[in-house]
Amino acid sequence: MAAITLKDIVKQYGDGFLAVKGVSLDIADGEFVILVGPSGCGKSTLLRMIVGLEDITAGDLHIGGKRVNDKAPRDRHLAMVFQNYALYPHLTVFENIAFPLRLQKGQFTDAQIKDKVEFAAKTLELQDHLDRKPANLSGGQRQRVAMGRAIVREAEAFLFDEPLSNLDAKLRGQMRTEIARMQRRLGTTTVYVTHDQTEAMTLGDRVAVLRKGELQQVASPRGLYEQPVNLFVAGFIGSPPMNFLPGEISGSTMTLPFAEVPISADLAPKLQGKDIVIVGIRPEHFEDAALVEDAKKGTGVTFSAPVDVTEWLGSELYAYIPFDTNPHVATTLEELDRDLDGEGLRTQLIVALPSETKIRDGADAELWFDPARMMVFDPESGENLTWNGTAAEALDRENEADRKASLERAQAREKARA
Amino acid sequence: MKQLSTRAKIAWALITIFVLAYALFPIVSIFATSFKLPSQLNLGLFWPKTWTTVNYEEILAPGGSAQTLFLSSLRNSIGISLIATAIAVVLATLAAYAIARLDFPGKRMVLLTALGVSIFPVISIVTPLFNLWRNIGLYDTWLGLIIPYLSLTLPISIWTLAAFFRQIPWELEQAAQVDGATTWQAFRKAIVPLAAPGVFTTALIAFFIAWNDFVYGISLTSTDRARPVPAALAFFTGASQFEEPTGSISAAAIIVTIPVVILVLLFQRQIVSGLTQGAVKG
Amino acid sequence: MTTVADKRPDLRDAAAKAGRSDRARSEARLGWLLAGPAFIVMLAVTLYPILQAFYDSLFNFRLTAPDDRSFTGLNNYAVVLSDPLFWQALGVTVFITVVTVVIELLLGFALALVMHRAITQLRGLLRTAILVPYGIITVVSAFAWFYAFDINSGYVNHWFAWVPGISTDLNWFAQQGTSLFVIIMSEIWKTTPFISLLLLAGLSQVPTELEEAAEVDGATWWQRLTRVVLPNMKAAIMVAVLFRALDAFRIFDNVFIMTNGANGTEVLSLLAYRTSIGRLEIGLGSAISVLLFLCVILICWVAVKLFKVDLAGGARGAG
Repeated sequence: MAAITLKDIVKQYGDGFLAVKGVSLDIADGEFVILVGPSGCGKSTLLRMIVGLEDITAGDLHIGGKRVNDKAPRDRHLAMVFQNYALYPHLTVFENIAFPLRLQKGQFTDAQIKDKVEFAAKTLELQDHLDRKPANLSGGQRQRVAMGRAIVREAEAFLFDEPLSNLDAKLRGQMRTEIARMQRRLGTTTVYVTHDQTEAMTLGDRVAVLRKGELQQVASPRGLYEQPVNLFVAGFIGSPPMNFLPGEISGSTMTLPFAEVPISADLAPKLQGKDIVIVGIRPEHFEDAALVEDAKKGTGVTFSAPVDVTEWLGSELYAYIPFDTNPHVATTLEELDRDLDGEGLRTQLIVALPSETKIRDGADAELWFDPARMMVFDPESGENLTWNGTAAEALDRENEADRKASLERAQAREKARA
Repeated sequence: MKQLSTRAKIAWALITIFVLAYALFPIVSIFATSFKLPSQLNLGLFWPKTWTTVNYEEILAPGGSAQTLFLSSLRNSIGISLIATAIAVVLATLAAYAIARLDFPGKRMVLLTALGVSIFPVISIVTPLFNLWRNIGLYDTWLGLIIPYLSLTLPISIWTLAAFFRQIPWELEQAAQVDGATTWQAFRKAIVPLAAPGVFTTALIAFFIAWNDFVYGISLTSTDRARPVPAALAFFTGASQFEEPTGSISAAAIIVTIPVVILVLLFQRQIVSGLTQGAVKG
Repeated sequence: MTTVADKRPDLRDAAAKAGRSDRARSEARLGWLLAGPAFIVMLAVTLYPILQAFYDSLFNFRLTAPDDRSFTGLNNYAVVLSDPLFWQALGVTVFITVVTVVIELLLGFALALVMHRAITQLRGLLRTAILVPYGIITVVSAFAWFYAFDINSGYVNHWFAWVPGISTDLNWFAQQGTSLFVIIMSEIWKTTPFISLLLLAGLSQVPTELEEAAEVDGATWWQRLTRVVLPNMKAAIMVAVLFRALDAFRIFDNVFIMTNGANGTEVLSLLAYRTSIGRLEIGLGSAISVLLFLCVILICWVAVKLFKVDLAGGARGAG
């Protein structure tokens, strides 16, 4: 088990294409780190450089304190679960799991191999399938065999390359918890690549958000959600995604498509000299004005807007409100949409409301929000003007303490069982 | 599968009988002929009136009239076909690996050349080779047949193997390396077991084609030294000057057909997939 | 969130874009190192001989008098093209090609359908049976059919004596029509399995959903076949026809064994063989070889240009 340190890692392909542009990242021993980003952001390339399947163009990669840039994959002692599992079709499940052990000739006796494979199989509930070939397994079982191969390797770290993307939604949820449980029990350093922000938020101790080969932000899931450094991170994290609205500034008020918001004293200096900004409000930060207590109502902004479509999900209701965006911010928002693998569809406000709301499609809705929860972004650089460094640090500290405590509890449970 | 109705069952039974009759009739016919007494050949019957092994003795037993001719041609056929197949499969494996895994200018040209060679009229090659082989001493030698056989076996081997190799999940090689394998171990333990069936099937198909050759066989040989079975059959003579070699030819035909039938029985599935993959893609 | 899979910056695409990077160059070098030997061998065994044949065809050259070799330009071609025997051989070759390909296409498709639809228990048996003729040596097939029809050793005359025109005295190999009939029978028997396997591959590429959709839309079995299945396997049919046509055009073994070209059954390959190997007229034989080669090129050209047969479908897939 080891810490992994990336320092200014660069990947340039033969034709000059820069896939990874100087990424630095410290991954602590036993930590679960997620690399997340839309397609083509370089996350898989980064993972493959860590494991040694891609050459590192520049920068240093340390595993367990040793520089491993020039080491072959086999000498890095890592285990990897591939997107399509990479099971050997000619070998049984048992032999697939035993494969890494068999490669180290003379290191293990047959009895040891049997013990290790059976331990892994028990952990993953694969005991009944050891004699079968991969072709006869379901998607979830194949996934577990691939994980079994990683477990017996007793590797310095586990690497996952979008391991759940070939599974259906229900199985994905189950396997997600399975991976989390396994990581906590074994306490192995884990790097996990995904494009799915739900996986990133639920699994990771820390999440590294990548865009076009550049690291945008590394923080705890909560840190990313509450204190995103820029438009991209804000738009990528959260589901449904954050609403981005043009905000025109004139004097002490800011005009949004449906409402006028007074600029608070905190915000005013940050908006100095700007005519227009991009305002981000998360769908869940809107409320049905009819359900807001009167006392609270005065602290926020109430506005009315025509609801086009509603979706009732049982616990929540999503209301969609189309609006015309301001041409001055349209380019930035369109580019953001492309970066996030969007389809360039109509601009609309998404509002998440409690399911007991009476708001229905086709009618005007009275909505309320607290301007303090608004994020304001620079329309050119995309930088989050409302970012609060102190709050972000506090969140990360809290998260690190949580992680250590959780790991200790898991280890203690493991010891008690043994 | 749905439960078949009685009518469907009868229909399938009839179809099966028809297909079996179609496929096996000529073979059974020559099989029957091979057991006929030379004196009873002209009775106009399908099955022999008296079953005899005299024809097989002619070609196999010491002193049989066609024994030396047949056995030497059998040796030539097996040797030449095996060597031509082996060379073709080795060359084609390298080429197909490059085609399936690497990107290089001219890759398409290699495939198209293979296609062009496979439709090349064999007889157009024979005339110049006949002349050249006589001049440089390759006429009537094994090598003199092995070289032109490559024009038959190599193109189809390249196409078939390239199709097989494209289906191999090559990322397994990387997975094995991460699992701690050396480059060589990764290739041997992860890739070879997957590629071997394709190579074997290709070898089988290439062997059939070389085994079948007749044009090169009669054009580029003149004696027992290198003449393969199909060509030798055309040179069989009867036990006496006035006797047709019908019986011994039939017996020899059955002997060279038996291995083919056995191979087809054993490897039916692989041959079908090999032929269809190499032939039409996309 | 989107579910688009992460597209890795693909090495090959990248290399193709830039062209001359180090990596692409070393990959190209390795590629040619591996594919080169096979490529050179293929050229050596075909391109060289056909060029040599063209060169030889420009000389008056017979091995019986090797010293009388003299340059005659295209005279050999004039001799061949003015010989009625050549035109007859060409006619017979085309006739055999057309008849066998048409019948094989129908029979082969029927067999392909049988293999495709067969219930699992029968599939192996049927495929094995159909593969047997494919593996049999053509010469063996020729002898089998020859002996069955032969006036002395055959039984066909006795079996079918009741058919008008067939009697025990019928010598099948004494006239052109009957000889060609048996030759074509043997050719069809031996090569239908190949065409049928190609068609089977085409059949299995037609998605089952298409047929099911047509069934839901109310199509009969025949309509599903002609309007859904056949149009969707047109490419496979074209490739199968072209391959078989080119193969049939080279017919040699069956004719050699059964009639050796007698009674108006001469085909082009046999004519070339007998001219150069039989009579040792290398110059004339080479001219026929070159003409045969040109015929094959012509058939290919017509197929690719007029019927748009995508021969290199596989090559494109490789890119």
